[in-house]
Amino acid sequence: MKRITLAAVAAALALAAGPAMAAEEGQQASGHGVEIAAQDWSWDGIFGGFDQQQLQRGYYVYEQVCASCHSLELVAFRNLHDLGFNDEQVQAIASNWTVPDLDQETGQAITRPALPADRFPSPFPNPIAARFANNGALPPDLSVIAKARADGADYLYALLTGYVDAPQGVDVPVGKYYNAAFPGHIISMPPPLSDGRVEYIDGTPATVDQLARDVSAFLMWAAEPALVERKELGVKVILFLIVLAGITYAVKRKVWSDVEH
Amino acid sequence: MSGPSQPSQFTGAVGWIDRRLPVFSYLEKEYRQFPAPRNFNYFWNFGAIATVMLVVMMATGIVLAMQYTPHVDMAFNSVERIMRDVNNGWLLRYLHMNGASMFFIAVYIHIFRGLWYGSYKQPRELLWILGVVLLVLMMATAFMGYVLPWGQMSFWGAKVITNLFSAIPLVGDSITTWLWGGFTVDNPTLNRFFSLHYLLPFVIFGVVILHVIALHVVGSNNPLGIDPKSPRDTVPFHPYYTAKDSFGIVVFLIVYAAFVFFAPNFMGHPDNYIPADPLLTPAHIVPEWYFLPFYAILRSVDFDIWFIDAKLGGVLAMFGALVVLALAPWLDRSPVRSCRFRPVYRWFLVLLVIDLIALGYVGANAPDDEILSGLGITWLDLGHIAMPWYFIHFLVVMPLVGKFERPLPLPLSIRDAVLPTRGGAPMTTAAPSKQA
Repeated sequence: MKRITLAAVAAALALAAGPAMAAEEGQQASGHGVEIAAQDWSWDGIFGGFDQQQLQRGYYVYEQVCASCHSLELVAFRNLHDLGFNDEQVQAIASNWTVPDLDQETGQAITRPALPADRFPSPFPNPIAARFANNGALPPDLSVIAKARADGADYLYALLTGYVDAPQGVDVPVGKYYNAAFPGHIISMPPPLSDGRVEYIDGTPATVDQLARDVSAFLMWAAEPALVERKELGVKVILFLIVLAGITYAVKRKVWSDVEH
Repeated sequence: MSGPSQPSQFTGAVGWIDRRLPVFSYLEKEYRQFPAPRNFNYFWNFGAIATVMLVVMMATGIVLAMQYTPHVDMAFNSVERIMRDVNNGWLLRYLHMNGASMFFIAVYIHIFRGLWYGSYKQPRELLWILGVVLLVLMMATAFMGYVLPWGQMSFWGAKVITNLFSAIPLVGDSITTWLWGGFTVDNPTLNRFFSLHYLLPFVIFGVVILHVIALHVVGSNNPLGIDPKSPRDTVPFHPYYTAKDSFGIVVFLIVYAAFVFFAPNFMGHPDNYIPADPLLTPAHIVPEWYFLPFYAILRSVDFDIWFIDAKLGGVLAMFGALVVLALAPWLDRSPVRSCRFRPVYRWFLVLLVIDLIALGYVGANAPDDEILSGLGITWLDLGHIAMPWYFIHFLVVMPLVGKFERPLPLPLSIRDAVLPTRGGAPMTTAAPSKQA
């Protein structure tokens, strides 16, 4: 009886943990009726981490394409060290951006080149201006977008590569676009990527597929910068707990060895 | 009263303290000698596991509160600041977030244990009711905690749940306004939820102490559901159950760690990473998974019952679900506690678990969506069956099965049952008069 109960509890716990391990960084099932295909990502699996080269490429896609409409408010330039950029490179990248500030003598509103400590500036001063410039649609902030959508990076990739011709009979309003991955399929964002839209320094061919993959990876990093640290610590914690479970089980067996139960 | 100085078994500094404040005597009596039935199975670990989770939640929560800002304009970003800029903030936050789910998993297994082995029955009625009080307090705490990150589900969840109070006749709207601290869910609501979310765990801690005191008066139930009759039926709590609980706790922590480190957002909803927007209602407002069966009960009452309209009916059903749970000691008419000796009732209890899982799915899906496309059966239809069954189980099945079921013969004592003959020979010389 004891053994059966133990096995049942173990099985229940395994059942609880199973889907979690399979789901990885994914969120709960989507629920908007569009099947999103799972992609292979460098961070898949227990030991998976980020590919810094890919994150750097993804950053350039964000900088040259997405940033014209989408903010990245929660990410600071100093965070780009995670992508493998050194101090000079981070400073150089930051100085390409202009951030609002106050003149420390006169108190007048000014702009200045960004410093590594600054966060990414937003392309629009406020949501009203953002809507006005985008045909009434509000481009969402991208800082945690990879966690704010069901299927995460898989969804972002599917969305960016999902611009196809509308099926027969689907009426796409003027200024809107048809997207296979978007819930409801009618999206306000024009197709942002095209082959060669960004010129990669490392010579990787800049196909739409590659651009979408790289920027999705970059946005996964932006949403979950501690992912690598988390998994590395997790492996150690679980190994420790497994050893501890073995020791406590041995202690329990020893303690109970003189009692029939 | 026997004067200022009680005699103590302890000497030295410990004895000096113990004669004035008998904490050491208490620990010795309640956690070392405390006689526990010798036949607990691993289901009896979950009380200790739940206690560990409460401590983990309080410890991580107190530290998170040092970095969190309860203001509608800053709450979302302050949580993200914890995730990004606070040293190991991501770990604290994920421990707390997944800890809530793990706490509920532990408590739900603990409740199931109580139902299966009849732990709620005489003389443990108050112990059981204190347990239901703990469940209600946990639900309130978890609900308010989920509001704090001020994401879309935080805001709209708060809106839906607080709106339930407006179903109360005559004073409902006034009560809702009073709860909100305004005319909608807004900054005062967030502030008071933070305040209460910090307070309630300490209330829970107090009720846990009462729960444990009540347990130690009547003693633990056991898988056989029969009372220990002699010291041979029990073992001292320490080291036997401290050792067994330690192992169970560590195994539970492995599952907890698997979620925290490898799937931290699995039990969350992606919409809660979208900052709250009072002008934009999410397509489906769903609560955390541990509320889904209750949410389904609420939504499955979509019809008026005589003078009670559907909304009030749903609210009454949802709270009624907890009331009938608390009344289980009086609804169950069977003198036998453990389902091991209840050949009929045990299948009804399995059915209740299936019913609750079905209700969970009903709560998670849009009511009008079809369960399988083409069949024409919606989730609401399933709710219309599963919701009444929950109440039928407690109000009809429990009393009637208890009355008409013929239980299997009970063993004479715990020792009888756990010392069976092996290979035809008794294990001990002190053989019981009747072999089990």
